[in-house]
Amino acid sequence: MTAGDTTPARRAGRPRTGAGVRSRRPSGWHLLLVPLALVMLVPLIWMLLTSLSTLEETRRFPPGLPSSLHWGNYRQAWAESPFAHWLLNSAIVSLTCVISNLVLCSMAGYAFARIRFAGSRLVFAAILATLMVPFQVVMIPTLLIVKHLGLVDSLPALIAPNLVTPFGIYLLRQFFLSLPVELEEAALIDGASRWRLLSRILLPLMGPPLSTVAVLTFLSVWNDFLWPLVVTSSPSTMTVQIGLATFQSAHFTNWPVLMAGTLLSQLPVLALFLAGQRYFVSSIANTGIK
Amino acid sequence: MRLFPGSERDPRRQNRVRRGDQVTAWLMVTPSVLLIGLFGIVPVGWSFLLSFQRNDLQTPAQWVGLRNYRQLAHDPVFTDSVRHTVVYTVLFVPLTLLLSLLVAAALNRRVRGMSVYRLAVFVPVVTSTVATGVIFSWLLDPEFGLVNAVLGKLGLPTFGFFSSPHGALFAVVAMTVWGWVGFGALIFLAGLQSVPGDLLEAAAIDGCTRLGAFWRIQVPLLRPVSAFLLVWLTINSLQLFDEVYVTTKGGPLHSTTVVVYYLYQQAFTFFHAGYAAAIACVLFVVIAIVTAIQLRLTRDANPTGAGR
Repeated sequence: MTAGDTTPARRAGRPRTGAGVRSRRPSGWHLLLVPLALVMLVPLIWMLLTSLSTLEETRRFPPGLPSSLHWGNYRQAWAESPFAHWLLNSAIVSLTCVISNLVLCSMAGYAFARIRFAGSRLVFAAILATLMVPFQVVMIPTLLIVKHLGLVDSLPALIAPNLVTPFGIYLLRQFFLSLPVELEEAALIDGASRWRLLSRILLPLMGPPLSTVAVLTFLSVWNDFLWPLVVTSSPSTMTVQIGLATFQSAHFTNWPVLMAGTLLSQLPVLALFLAGQRYFVSSIANTGIK
Repeated sequence: MRLFPGSERDPRRQNRVRRGDQVTAWLMVTPSVLLIGLFGIVPVGWSFLLSFQRNDLQTPAQWVGLRNYRQLAHDPVFTDSVRHTVVYTVLFVPLTLLLSLLVAAALNRRVRGMSVYRLAVFVPVVTSTVATGVIFSWLLDPEFGLVNAVLGKLGLPTFGFFSSPHGALFAVVAMTVWGWVGFGALIFLAGLQSVPGDLLEAAAIDGCTRLGAFWRIQVPLLRPVSAFLLVWLTINSLQLFDEVYVTTKGGPLHSTTVVVYYLYQQAFTFFHAGYAAAIACVLFVVIAIVTAIQLRLTRDANPTGAGR
């Protein structure tokens, strides 16, 4: 079972699906799939090849493969900019947001799913309503708020608006609702507190939805551009995406070094994707968030 | 979808309401409520207020009533940015939807090495918009770019994609379609895999060709998924910004100045934050209306109510 298959129907017994329709002429599909895969990969392959070429080789017409692997571009990209610093900033910001989303969304999701408390409907509806507001709409006031808090151009400014996501609360609440109530009743009758119930009994059952929240939070915070662009200005607080954009305007003629920098900025996400691709793919497919 | 399944009429739930639960529940939701209130709800009202002000983000704001909106109505650059956004959306959304569906159909086969093909198609999904912009600037470079080299090889004229006022917007469309097709294919593939195999077998027994089964059985069953994608892609294309910022900065000759890019420029280049807030409010209303229309249309077209 893939990690994202959380619906009870699927757990009860996988229905026969259209997925496994065996082609009568499998070779025919390769003729279609190979060009398709190439079209999707060419931009990335070209980035890799360019990052290993010399500057002269990129000024050839027609372009070709690098004569030898020119790793110096990576050294140059790394040395001429605070790349390590940007990567570290991105990592700090993303991981902080991942952890806080896991903690805060599961607490709120549990309370909204399982405890009836005064105002819960209204508050939950208000939280859901914010899902419909595009970030650009609230961007300027958010900047003003961060300014009032004295956080402009700091890592906390990058972190604060992403500490909790309404979508994460919604997703985990749905999952809590799908768990059998009996599971909790026994523990509550035995005198366990809600906190203990949540942390010791329920959360250990929630690997798939928690990983989904983690993956989506990491991806959106790591790849975010507009908010870091607005709120950071000094190289020491930039995330790697903003760093890449400034690096680009400084190096747009030196394509090999720029491509090396671009690859560096994507390396953590690509590595994570390749390592956990089954998981990455199913969490995005099941929730539909880029 | 019911937002509150299992509400108070469930007797088991009522038995479980315990003393102290109220406090516990509020302790659990308070951090989220405060953060979402501060960064999600307060700014919406504030944005609305800002749109009636003159504000340079530094000195105290000045109340100007509807002036920002009146100015917006007569701003040719804003009108252009709306036109570019509409053209972009009209090209990007159907193209991405159709290509995603076809790609998903091709990926929904049991063929040797399929996981590699899927991987190839899905990698752009995790590639950041900034990296996408940088990579495409290089691919489409007028002198040394790969695309022009291929065009030259084929005996076609070369083209300064991002530097041509007539072609830049199309180059942006091509780039963002590349970035989103994998996402659409992922969602469609998940939908295709939930189509029961029995249905296709029955169709095959009744003499339906595979292509016929695809268009008559699988595609109609994908309607809820398509509706979701349609709304999602439209919302995202109305918010286009990152790729434009990285590749063309709205140029050449404003040809890729889309609404959010203009909003950004007004707020952070010219420091007309009130004016930018008015643009944001217009954008918000438009997105809300478009979403409502699309949801209504897709619901009407789906009489079985088998939506998600």
